Amino acid sequence: MTTGLMMERIRHAFGATEVLKDVSIVAEAGKLTCLLGPSGCGKTTLLRLAAGLEKVQDGQIYLQGRMVGDGKTGLCLAPEKRGIGLMFQDYALFPHLNVYENIAFGIRNLTPERRTWIDAGLERMGVAKHRNSYPHVLSGGQQQRVALLRALAPEPEILLLDEPFSGLDVTRRAQVREDTLNFLKECGVAVLMVTHDPEEAMFMADHIVVMKSGKVVQAGTPVQTYFHPVSAFVAELFGAMNHFEGVVEKGQLETPFGAFPIPSIPDGEPAQVLVRMEGINVSLDAHHTVPSTCRTTTGHVVDTYLLGRSSHLHIRVPRTPGQGLSDDNEIILHVRVPGVMKPEPGATVTVWADPKQVFAFALS
Amino acid sequence: MTRTLQHPEPPLYTANEPKGFKTLKFDVWAFGTVVIAALIAMPIFWVVGLALNSSGDIWAHLVDTVLARLALTTVLLMAGVGFGTFVLGTGTAWLVTMCRFPGKRIFEWAMLIPMAVPAYVIAYVYTDLLEYSGPVQGLIRETFGFTNGSQYWFFEIRSLGGAITMMTLVLYPYVYLLARAAFLEQSICVLEASRTLGKGPWESFFKVALPLARPSIAVGVSLVMMETLNDFGTVDFFAVATFTAGIFDVWLNMNSPSGAAQLACMMLLFVIVLIALERYGRRKQKFHNTTTHNRALPGFKLSAPWAALAFLACAVPVALGFGVPAWVLGSYALNFYEETLAADFWTFTFNSLLLAGLAAAITIVLGVFLAYSLRLGQVRWINGVTRFAALGYAVPGAVLAIGILMYLGWLDNTIDGWARGHIGISTGLIFSGTVIAVTFGYVVRFLSLSFGSVESGLAKITANMDGAARTLGAGPMSTLKRIHLPMLKGSIMTAALLVFVDCMKELPMTVVLRPFNFETLATFVHQYASDELLPEAALAALAIVAAGIIPVVLLSITIAHARAGHTQHVDAAPQHIPTPVQEVSP
Repeated sequence: MTTGLMMERIRHAFGATEVLKDVSIVAEAGKLTCLLGPSGCGKTTLLRLAAGLEKVQDGQIYLQGRMVGDGKTGLCLAPEKRGIGLMFQDYALFPHLNVYENIAFGIRNLTPERRTWIDAGLERMGVAKHRNSYPHVLSGGQQQRVALLRALAPEPEILLLDEPFSGLDVTRRAQVREDTLNFLKECGVAVLMVTHDPEEAMFMADHIVVMKSGKVVQAGTPVQTYFHPVSAFVAELFGAMNHFEGVVEKGQLETPFGAFPIPSIPDGEPAQVLVRMEGINVSLDAHHTVPSTCRTTTGHVVDTYLLGRSSHLHIRVPRTPGQGLSDDNEIILHVRVPGVMKPEPGATVTVWADPKQVFAFALS
Repeated sequence: MTRTLQHPEPPLYTANEPKGFKTLKFDVWAFGTVVIAALIAMPIFWVVGLALNSSGDIWAHLVDTVLARLALTTVLLMAGVGFGTFVLGTGTAWLVTMCRFPGKRIFEWAMLIPMAVPAYVIAYVYTDLLEYSGPVQGLIRETFGFTNGSQYWFFEIRSLGGAITMMTLVLYPYVYLLARAAFLEQSICVLEASRTLGKGPWESFFKVALPLARPSIAVGVSLVMMETLNDFGTVDFFAVATFTAGIFDVWLNMNSPSGAAQLACMMLLFVIVLIALERYGRRKQKFHNTTTHNRALPGFKLSAPWAALAFLACAVPVALGFGVPAWVLGSYALNFYEETLAADFWTFTFNSLLLAGLAAAITIVLGVFLAYSLRLGQVRWINGVTRFAALGYAVPGAVLAIGILMYLGWLDNTIDGWARGHIGISTGLIFSGTVIAVTFGYVVRFLSLSFGSVESGLAKITANMDGAARTLGAGPMSTLKRIHLPMLKGSIMTAALLVFVDCMKELPMTVVLRPFNFETLATFVHQYASDELLPEAALAALAIVAAGIIPVVLLSITIAHARAGHTQHVDAAPQHIPTPVQEVSP
């Protein structure tokens, strides 16, 4: 018996707008799967389809191996019969019920064990003293935790989270995220979470599904997604990158760091090399020796910005290494280095790229 | 993508088995909506059917004789009342929202009070005051020593002009209410921009504020005209030959139901125009709202003479529309209450309360059903059906009365015929001339009121509430009971009250559909006033006005709580995601 949630070849349109184009995903039991993508890529629609709040138009949905939605036959099991939990982006706490009543809403049979569970949950989430309060007096973080408890209270087989942390301000987000993750791990429930925040996905997920304009572009572990992006879109999810474009020659593409091998793209085809801002290393020593696997070049600092935990540098380098600087033949590199680094403008520096942070793709 | 799972086992559910959400073949909500809509639409269908199926000679006769006159009078009445309420409603709304003068704060809500007086009551009062034998003309004769009416000129209150004046005095609050809301919603910055661009206050009003408020004012005026078209008491009493009067005349005096039905159909054409006007206004309202945040309105400070004029402009309508009638009725009631009580006042009161209460309860249940069915949105065409069912408020009582009478008559005859044929007994009239018939009329006419209130209440609850309840295991019915109804308590109470009061005031349908010798407060007052016995019925008229005060108080409270620059306290969860704005009937 297959456990968890499985969505097969889902297509969905609102009027003439197709928001999901042949999407298949799996959220395995005991794991946290993240749908990552920009707003409007269809990830929330996918979540609503899984919950049964939207009717499947095309494709099939299985929960715990049982078919609950099928576009062909029009089967669409009512949301209340699916045994799923859904936490909304706006929490959707019932304003006329207090915290305890909200959490207990979905429990059919309020046994002593369930009462104990609620009490323990309230305690664990630090909202025990608010058990008789109404939602409007709670802070955003407290509402979030109540909503999470409410979704988990009926012991769903799968929990769906729609942008669970977007309503929280940045300073609280990291802590709530960690608490939530620990709690979910303890519960052992299969989780499908929607987010547009790659850092959140990296932190939370066992499995990341990257979506773009209604399609899955990549699915894999956080490490795979970060270090082996299948396209420039996936690579750039984690932050703006340095682009180098050109034509492949002899299986290589010229960059300021030298030629990078691109075996997958035939000679004569246009291609691009992307280097993460944090994948470029900088040394104030103009003659710094770098690991032999890394390619290096020399450049001049244009500007530096102190960002707190890291520094952002603009460094001017020649388009091809070894050539002198001239106006139409230079590139500004964007570099992120940890800690404080504030060289004077014009200073000469050594720059080299970490090959793990360099990605090559065909240029479409 | 990584596929670690093998293909799932065969589905437990197949297409033939009962299925859940949105896919039921037989859907209680859709079915119920259609049944309700059919019931509500029946009277109108009956009128149209009767009009189309009858022989043409009556129609030809009507066209030759009365039609043109009826149409002209009706148009003049509607135009007159429409214009009067527009000037009075918009003018006073502008004064109390944008100007500062003594009494402004009181007038903000006091302007609404005349709404409590039904048009027919105010008509009886002023006729009593201003007719030849009334105290005003008596005083004139006494003062100047006239001995008869030919020696001086005095206007005739029982005329078209009189009817226009009476209705304007009690209907202008509709326009006032909507115009005021529109002025409040206009960002003061727009007006300030206009002023800095060199326009004076008058020019700003006519060039900026009025055009921006136009859609709302159009809604207000169209509602006023619907009420005007619906009126029976005033035009009957004043003998102004409008369509309503014509329908009753053709029906009862010419004894021609089909002729009356044909006139009723003509009236429906007017209704269609008014609905179109109202819809136009409501559509535009959404785009003419320039505000994001209201700031407290600074207001034009008026100099003493202007302030006095503004005060009078607001005080006179309230005095004439409420003060005078209340005073006259009050003093009559004090002197003649024994006569009223002797005429079985308490029975009439009980009858009124019974009918109004019954109708309010039924409209609320049906209104909640329709609005929730629409929210579930399971079937697309439900929307159209529901909207159609909610059109009753626009159809004049006289038209509905004919339709219901004909329909119930047919129903009674059919049942009677069947019973005689099959069981050998005559059932007689089961529905016609019963409390059921009157209640049915009220429900048809006022369902839109409760539906509209419930619908706009529901629109304020985010769809995520439904989603949350459903994913937590509650079905549609359970969600309604546990989530929506508790949250809608306020809207439902308001709706019930509005329907209740409107039923208390209702005249044309009550007169036609009530059981024999069954009097309500409204029919009693109408009967006595028609017999020139207003003083003896004053207590009953006062009771109707008192009931009418309740919704006015409710509205006043809302207004007092929701001044510009203050946000209303909303006791609801954070609503980040706006629900789509739904069209709301008044």
